[in-house]
Amino acid sequence: MQLELSEEERAFRDELREFFTTKVSEEIRDAVAAGGEPTKEHIVESMRTLNAAGLAVPRWPVEWGGQDWTELQFHIWHEEMERANVPTPLAFNAGMIGPVIAQFGTEEQKREFLPKTANIDIFWSQGFSEPDAGSDLAGLRTTAVRDGDHWVVNGQKTWTTLGQYGDWIFTLVRTDPEAKKQAGISMLLIDMRSEGLEVRPIQLIDGGHEVNEVWFDNVRVPADNLVGELNGGWTIAKFLLGNERVGVAPSGITKRVLARVKGLAEDRFADDPLLCARIATLENELLALELTAMRVAANSADGKPHPASSVLKLKGSELQQAVSELVLDLAGPGGLASGADDTSKLGEWERLAGPIYLNLRKASIYGGSNEVQRQIISRNILGL
Amino acid sequence: MDFRYDDEQDALREAVRGLVGKAYGDYEDRRRTVTTDPGFDESQWGRMAEMGLLGLPFSEEDGGVGAGPIEIGIVCQELGRAIAPEPYLTSVVLAGGLIAAVGSAEQRQELLGALSAGESVLAFAHDEPGRRWSPEASSVTATSSDDGWTLTGVKEPVPHGARADVLVVSAALPDGGTGLFLVTDATTAGYAAYDGTRAARVTFEATAATPLGEPGLDVTASIATVQDITRVMAANQALGALQFLLPTTTEYLRSRKQFGVPLSTFQALTFRAAEMYVSLELAHSMVDWATMVVAQSSTGQGDPQAVADAARRVSVQISTSGRHVGQEAIQLHGGIAMTMEYSVGMYVAHLTVLDHLLGDGTHHLRDLAGAVTTYAALDPLD
Repeated sequence: MQLELSEEERAFRDELREFFTTKVSEEIRDAVAAGGEPTKEHIVESMRTLNAAGLAVPRWPVEWGGQDWTELQFHIWHEEMERANVPTPLAFNAGMIGPVIAQFGTEEQKREFLPKTANIDIFWSQGFSEPDAGSDLAGLRTTAVRDGDHWVVNGQKTWTTLGQYGDWIFTLVRTDPEAKKQAGISMLLIDMRSEGLEVRPIQLIDGGHEVNEVWFDNVRVPADNLVGELNGGWTIAKFLLGNERVGVAPSGITKRVLARVKGLAEDRFADDPLLCARIATLENELLALELTAMRVAANSADGKPHPASSVLKLKGSELQQAVSELVLDLAGPGGLASGADDTSKLGEWERLAGPIYLNLRKASIYGGSNEVQRQIISRNILGL
Repeated sequence: MDFRYDDEQDALREAVRGLVGKAYGDYEDRRRTVTTDPGFDESQWGRMAEMGLLGLPFSEEDGGVGAGPIEIGIVCQELGRAIAPEPYLTSVVLAGGLIAAVGSAEQRQELLGALSAGESVLAFAHDEPGRRWSPEASSVTATSSDDGWTLTGVKEPVPHGARADVLVVSAALPDGGTGLFLVTDATTAGYAAYDGTRAARVTFEATAATPLGEPGLDVTASIATVQDITRVMAANQALGALQFLLPTTTEYLRSRKQFGVPLSTFQALTFRAAEMYVSLELAHSMVDWATMVVAQSSTGQGDPQAVADAARRVSVQISTSGRHVGQEAIQLHGGIAMTMEYSVGMYVAHLTVLDHLLGDGTHHLRDLAGAVTTYAALDPLD
């Protein structure tokens, strides 16, 4: 047990810190620091910059651009990226479909898709949830029926984040309607320019357009685009969601949001012991979460996540929400000015505070709702 | 940065767990032990000395073993796991720590040597009736005359004050500040605390006292630092207790049947157990970190302020987690956990004592809240 990083770890950290703060444009990092959603251009430019240096998809197999790092190095990579306000590589590409294709795909699929996925030449969307299949994902009803060399897909996906930018979508579809619900599912990769595929925006309570419905009306998909085994999609889904849980605790981002607002709004809370206590409480909980992430990273063996990793999503989303709530409270009446433009006398953080607070209600719903996380903890860890 | 224990530390844990488990693995033995004075098992104290545990924190010149905070933390965790009633925290870590920090070479060798050998039990007489937590003394005063130093006033409650062979007493100095003194013949009235361990009222009436270290020196800062180190070790001890409570509760949920089915059938209960797990893991991380901060400081690379900050932070977390997990452990068990004959209730009592020994969560949060404007973001590695 020792606190300090080793000399090698420190050098690794300094190298990444230098890279993230000098190679990724300041415009992008300032936009992230302000707390708004990054634009498509920002996401793409940043991920390409990282990919050119081998830093976009380090968790992939080495032969497809991954890094042979220790868990602690992965952790340092993630922390330094967040610390520098660099947008995290697009999760759909780096964290979801990339590892799936590397694990389950054919050689042709790997060669065709992995380089483009790492370099975000393909902007992927996720087609899992449906109107009647949320937490109960296996209840999905979008069908794929074989017709010669193609699958014909019909149905509807929803909550497709950034689907308006998507080039391709990885979907779970029902390929055997007779089988027990988990057993009849397959994964199909679908070009979003296909005839019969339509993306419809969903307006969210923050006023923004972040998620979409994706409709499939007799969309013809080449049979080669099936990933893994026919009717083996549930195994892939579990693999993907397991990866998602580990990577989804943005403790570093939340910490820096809080630090930034402390600097901007100090005159509003410095003399208010109740607000100071709220800040101190949140900072302490964020510290405990960050330390848990480090402990989990240090104790993960053979690529298997430490059981405590499930804590990260659950607590991480709660703290993210709690900080957004505090920020809005600090904005006070200024938070109402969400519709004002830059001529406003109010700061950008005040104008964004309300929409961000509302937007982040999503954090305890997506990535396996927090109720699903409690279920995972009680069942898989506590054996209940 | 490394959260893993090395092989020697794992071996120490195994040895301590074996020793403690033999004495208190059956909760009934702990229950029986605390029914009679001195509220712990003298022979177990002797075995702890033989294993070298009592001298762990002290240098070899002072008769100790010269181990570090990580090792002391391991011992405290294992004692907490069985809520062993031996006064390790208050006698070795706290009172012994003060002698190591403030005592003269001669005092250190004599007192810490005897403590390490299990020949002497120490207690720190510090808290005074009617006030909250502080590193200073106020109502107990020290007076110097040609005949030496005397103390006057009342200390209460003093953990293990009646059994202690030597009391380390804090007292307000004539010229201001707080000094430490050694007293061997004060008037004590002992009683049991609600977790079965012992405490006492100690009365000084112009009682003869020997200055610890340099006479008349204000040692408030040293007291504060030793208290901070003890807070981190108390958190280790609480962690051990929490690590007992969670699996005990989940096992109960699996085995206890109501309405014809195991309690684990009810999601209203299993979700609460999941939240207990979250609380425990957060506390675990914070305890490991705070212990490493103390370890870093003890090698001369840290500073008392870093230790103070870590002590506050871990105290806030362990107070929150301890209350949450403890209260839920009782509630999820139901009536059985309200009884003396079942372990869980007494674990919660012990956690509650630890929580209030050197400042509860709110007490430490006040200090953290007062400092939030002095930095931007916390970095646990810097």
